[in-house]
Amino acid sequence: MEHRVVITGIGAYSCLGENLDTVLESLRIGRSGVIYDEPRKDFGYRSCFTGMVAEPDLTPFLSRRQRIGMHQPARFAFMSTKQAMEGSGLDADFLDKTETGIIFGNDSTAGAVVETVDKVRAKKNTTLIGSGDIFQNMNSTVNMNLSTIYKLKGMNFTISAACSSGSHSIGMGYLLIKQGLQERVVCGGAQEINDYAMASFDGLGAFSVRDAAPAMASRPFDRDRDGLVPSGGAATVIIESLESALKRNAPIYGEIVGFGFSSNGDHISNPNFDGQFRSLNMALKQANLTPNDIDYVNAHATSTPIGDSTEAQAIFNVLGSKVPVSSTKSMTGHECWMAGASEIVYSLLMMNNDFIAPNINFENPDEHSEKINIIPNYKEQNIDCFLSNSFGFGGTNSSLIIKKFKK
Amino acid sequence: MKREDIILTTKQFLSDEFEVDATLIQPENNLQQTLDLDSLDYVDLVVVIEENLGIKPTAEDFKTIETFNDFYDLVEQRLNA
Repeated sequence: MEHRVVITGIGAYSCLGENLDTVLESLRIGRSGVIYDEPRKDFGYRSCFTGMVAEPDLTPFLSRRQRIGMHQPARFAFMSTKQAMEGSGLDADFLDKTETGIIFGNDSTAGAVVETVDKVRAKKNTTLIGSGDIFQNMNSTVNMNLSTIYKLKGMNFTISAACSSGSHSIGMGYLLIKQGLQERVVCGGAQEINDYAMASFDGLGAFSVRDAAPAMASRPFDRDRDGLVPSGGAATVIIESLESALKRNAPIYGEIVGFGFSSNGDHISNPNFDGQFRSLNMALKQANLTPNDIDYVNAHATSTPIGDSTEAQAIFNVLGSKVPVSSTKSMTGHECWMAGASEIVYSLLMMNNDFIAPNINFENPDEHSEKINIIPNYKEQNIDCFLSNSFGFGGTNSSLIIKKFKK
Repeated sequence: MKREDIILTTKQFLSDEFEVDATLIQPENNLQQTLDLDSLDYVDLVVVIEENLGIKPTAEDFKTIETFNDFYDLVEQRLNA
């Protein structure tokens, strides 16, 4: 028996806001979270633009032992997960007595690793590193910390799929619940923000060096875009079977109805039309929907010249020219490992509040973006069904389709 | 370093590191129970002692330590060695 899968908890610790109310306001007014981070210049960065979040103080919430194994990815993820758990009516006592899984997206722990290596280089003695570093250094840091804190008893692993990590985490959780293997899964994505995390990416020359206000640097689909803006934080999406959600009278933010995925099997960093085309089509087919059923597309579009063009072509070829499209990365920058989850949260906020967030900085289309319906300004609109794309290095693609819940 | 200085200094960094009320750190109290140490915490105990006093006890050294008095004996012995 297949189970319907609904979303019963959401949280975001984002440069658009550190709670859902602030994020919602930012989405409505098109407020950018991008800043110019001057220290990056001295560090050697080509581009100093970045989305920024504050370092959270976890001492009011967690013991020393719980905090000591956490660096940015886990700290940010705790903040977003705390919101999602509380909003969903879940607490450690309930979770301890039930079976809840956790599949989180994360693909780096650069800041933690560099700090550890610096320590051992200085001390020349591994026994002086301390007990927390190993749990900060491993890529599964979010999973191991949150599963311990919340006493989670179900499936427990990390998705590392570059900039599709957050989206695949929700997709994998969806498949497990749909098949009846899990009742509830905590999904999401986390992305560290520090000098070490994005230096090698910056070195590829893929980031914007536009001589303009930070808020104008990320301009997906715009003719004059010149690269992405890195960003980070964390987002959490708690999903569960409809039976479980109804049984505990949980809030329902939407229903996952389609998960498409593909691998380009091509270049390690260049996007690929065929791979994206297959991912979008697979999601539609899985959901048993037609292009006309999609009311909104939250595009992956990161503001790189080739990436946005390729996606515009894929959207046009699969969904046509009329479906409203926006990239919230115009405001957030590219939240990388977190993006696939945060953009589900952003889109759910839009769907539940009847509006489309603007693709800010879209001033002039190029030859491909002129063929699709990009929404440059806040627009009131009912959304019954949306599609969210995530594409990553290595050619890993993911497309999720979510509908407004109806019994 | 005199014993009273060792007591004062270690009280400060142990209460800071392990987030316990400094008044609970008394010579006759049990070190493991007072600081709520698990096996991983002994790794951090070594780190914090090295950072603050420049000596590096081993895990073996802690096997015989029960009270803070035992701990002060160890520190005093190592510092004066």
